[in-house]
Amino acid sequence: MIPTSYYILLGSGLFTIGVIGVLTRRNVLIILMSIELILNAVNINLVALSQHFRSVDGQIFAIFVITDAAAEAAVGLGLIIALFRNKETVNADEIDLLKW
Amino acid sequence: MLDYIWLIPIFPLLGAATQLFLGWRLSKNAVTAVSVGLPGVALLWALGCVVQLLGLPEGSHHVFVKTLYTWLPLGPLRLTGGSLANLNVHVGFQLDPLSTVMLLVVTGVGFLIHVYSIGYMAHEGGYYRFFGYMNLFMFSMLILVLANNYLMMFVGWEGVGLCSYLLIGFYFQRRSASDAGKKAFVVNRIGDAGFLLGVMLMAVTFGSVDFREVTAQALSGRIPVGSTVIVTICILLFIGASGKSAQIPLYTWLPDAMEGPTPVSALIHAATMVTAGVYMVSRSNALFILAPTAMALVAGIGAATAIYAASIGLVQNDIKRVLAYSTISQLGYMFLACGVGAFGAGIFHLMTHAFFKALLFLGAGSVIHAMSGEQDMRKMGALWSRIPTTAKTMLVATLAISGAPLFAGFFSKDEILWKAFSSPYGSKLLWLIGFATAGLTAFYMFRLFFMTFAGKSRVPHEVEHHIHESPKVMTIPLICLALGALAAGYVGWPKMLGGSNHFEHFLEPVFENSKALAGSEYAWSVEFGLMLLSVAIATLGFLVAYFWYVRRPEVPEHVAAKAGPLYKLVLNKYHVDELYDALFVNRAKDLGSVFAAFDLGVIDGGVNGAGWLTRMSGELSRWWDTWIIDGLLNVLAFVVKVMSYPVRVIQTGVVENYAWLITLGVVIFMVYYFVHF
Repeated sequence: MIPTSYYILLGSGLFTIGVIGVLTRRNVLIILMSIELILNAVNINLVALSQHFRSVDGQIFAIFVITDAAAEAAVGLGLIIALFRNKETVNADEIDLLKW
Repeated sequence: MLDYIWLIPIFPLLGAATQLFLGWRLSKNAVTAVSVGLPGVALLWALGCVVQLLGLPEGSHHVFVKTLYTWLPLGPLRLTGGSLANLNVHVGFQLDPLSTVMLLVVTGVGFLIHVYSIGYMAHEGGYYRFFGYMNLFMFSMLILVLANNYLMMFVGWEGVGLCSYLLIGFYFQRRSASDAGKKAFVVNRIGDAGFLLGVMLMAVTFGSVDFREVTAQALSGRIPVGSTVIVTICILLFIGASGKSAQIPLYTWLPDAMEGPTPVSALIHAATMVTAGVYMVSRSNALFILAPTAMALVAGIGAATAIYAASIGLVQNDIKRVLAYSTISQLGYMFLACGVGAFGAGIFHLMTHAFFKALLFLGAGSVIHAMSGEQDMRKMGALWSRIPTTAKTMLVATLAISGAPLFAGFFSKDEILWKAFSSPYGSKLLWLIGFATAGLTAFYMFRLFFMTFAGKSRVPHEVEHHIHESPKVMTIPLICLALGALAAGYVGWPKMLGGSNHFEHFLEPVFENSKALAGSEYAWSVEFGLMLLSVAIATLGFLVAYFWYVRRPEVPEHVAAKAGPLYKLVLNKYHVDELYDALFVNRAKDLGSVFAAFDLGVIDGGVNGAGWLTRMSGELSRWWDTWIIDGLLNVLAFVVKVMSYPVRVIQTGVVENYAWLITLGVVIFMVYYFVHF
């Protein structure tokens, strides 16, 4: 079979890319997508380890996470649209109202 | 009526209270009705009491005493002799021949002057205030003459002094008037100090201040004649009398007192208040008889004052000033009489003097009234036909004071001169001084009369138009007083001329001791001779005045010019006021300045210093509070603030930074978990 460690590595790789995306990208939509990526990376981890430990808990948790991710995406989009309506921009560095 | 004798002073007191509390609301007529009516009632009551007194049985010697209550129950007092006595001072009233004379003079002349004042003060301001003070004066004077002991007399004594001050300074807005009031009061006070010391010494010597008790003890022979204690008491009492009755050296207030309205000068400084000293000395005759040294002092000062004041009166140009010095001079006569033991004669002169001096002052007031306020005789003249009633009554008064035969002054003055000559306490020198003064008196009084009423008119044009006789309310009292000045002498018609001298006989019970002096070694022919001499010198004075002021008015100026420095000296009253100022008044003011400097520097300095200290400690607290307390707090806040600087840096407002920080936090947690597990 495929060793479990490869899945974990994949998961952490995706996680890292997602984190870098959140920290680095300018477009808030891309940041949102990166957040999704982080969540999916976690999902991969969960499922891989569920198979490793022959327990179905991991997969059930993964379904929760997916649901949660969907809701979050919806809310995030709503935020971005509200933000766009006020600021006319989707660039994170232009949202600097709190800057002193 | 006698039982309610205490009402006599109360009537004017009610008048005074009414004026001083309600007077400002009352109409002039109401003020007049109350303040002239009440003294009138007092006069009637007094007459009633006197009639009753005369009706008392012979054994009482015409003495009536009513004690109202014990004022000062002072309890046991150790006397100088070592014995114990109960010194109780009462409020009591004594009516005997001596106080009868005083009572009738005060109420009678007082009432007439009140009536006169209705007219005189009609156009002046402060009508009710004037009458209030006058009534208060009547109250005080009546307390003085009716009191039955020295301390109560002193209450009245002080009261008249107060009223004198109030009335002299009646026109207080005038500086000279208020100064004169102060001067009168202060000089009087010096006398009062002597009086009070005398009374105190009397209290510890006799154990009483009651007239009858002291007199009884003095007459009992307990105290040797000429003992130091008695002489001291008498001298102290005489100091009081000199203050009140304007003798040397305490006379300086009386000429200045002419600043007051003329009725005041008439009542207080002629007829009544100034005679209080004579009354007091006469009342104390039993004491004075025991002190020949004091008698000599009294007679000497009296005579000296008489001639001294007459000399100043010779050259004064203000009509009231002449009368003021005349008063001082006549008071000198009264004291001369008392000093030679002729107390009855002194009181007789007091009575006649009250009539003619009050008349002179009221007449002068009438003249001043007619002259629209002018008082300088050099601006008068030829007023006889313009103000006839005033002129005629003043002529009567002038004749009376000059000792013209058959007028009142003749009998009383002659009595004094005779006693000065013949009494064991008298001397030829005293007679001579009195005799010379009589001549001077006749001269300056007729000078006054002629300068005012006769000769050529020197009246300024504007004043001339307004000359008018005074209203009846003023002239009728003048006429009444003139009748008195004519008739009053007859009660003292001397034995020598066939009368029985009722007056002295009446006063005998009071002056028992002077009986010893009544019989002298001189024959009646000597008395008659002296009487003729008096008439002669009075006539001489009259003639010189007539010649100098009617016939040849330019002569007085020549004489004055020839006398030069002497004239100036007398005109300036021998510079006595200036002397007193330099010796006493300015020294007292200096002392006052010293005390003021002490008060301002030390006392106020201390107070200010305490205030300064308080304020400084407040400053200190403020400094502490601002710098230390607040400082600490500020430092604390500063520290907190400074600590925040690095922390603030984190809040950039840039979203990515926040994302990095979140990540950093997660990493730290992960590291922590890996290390610990």
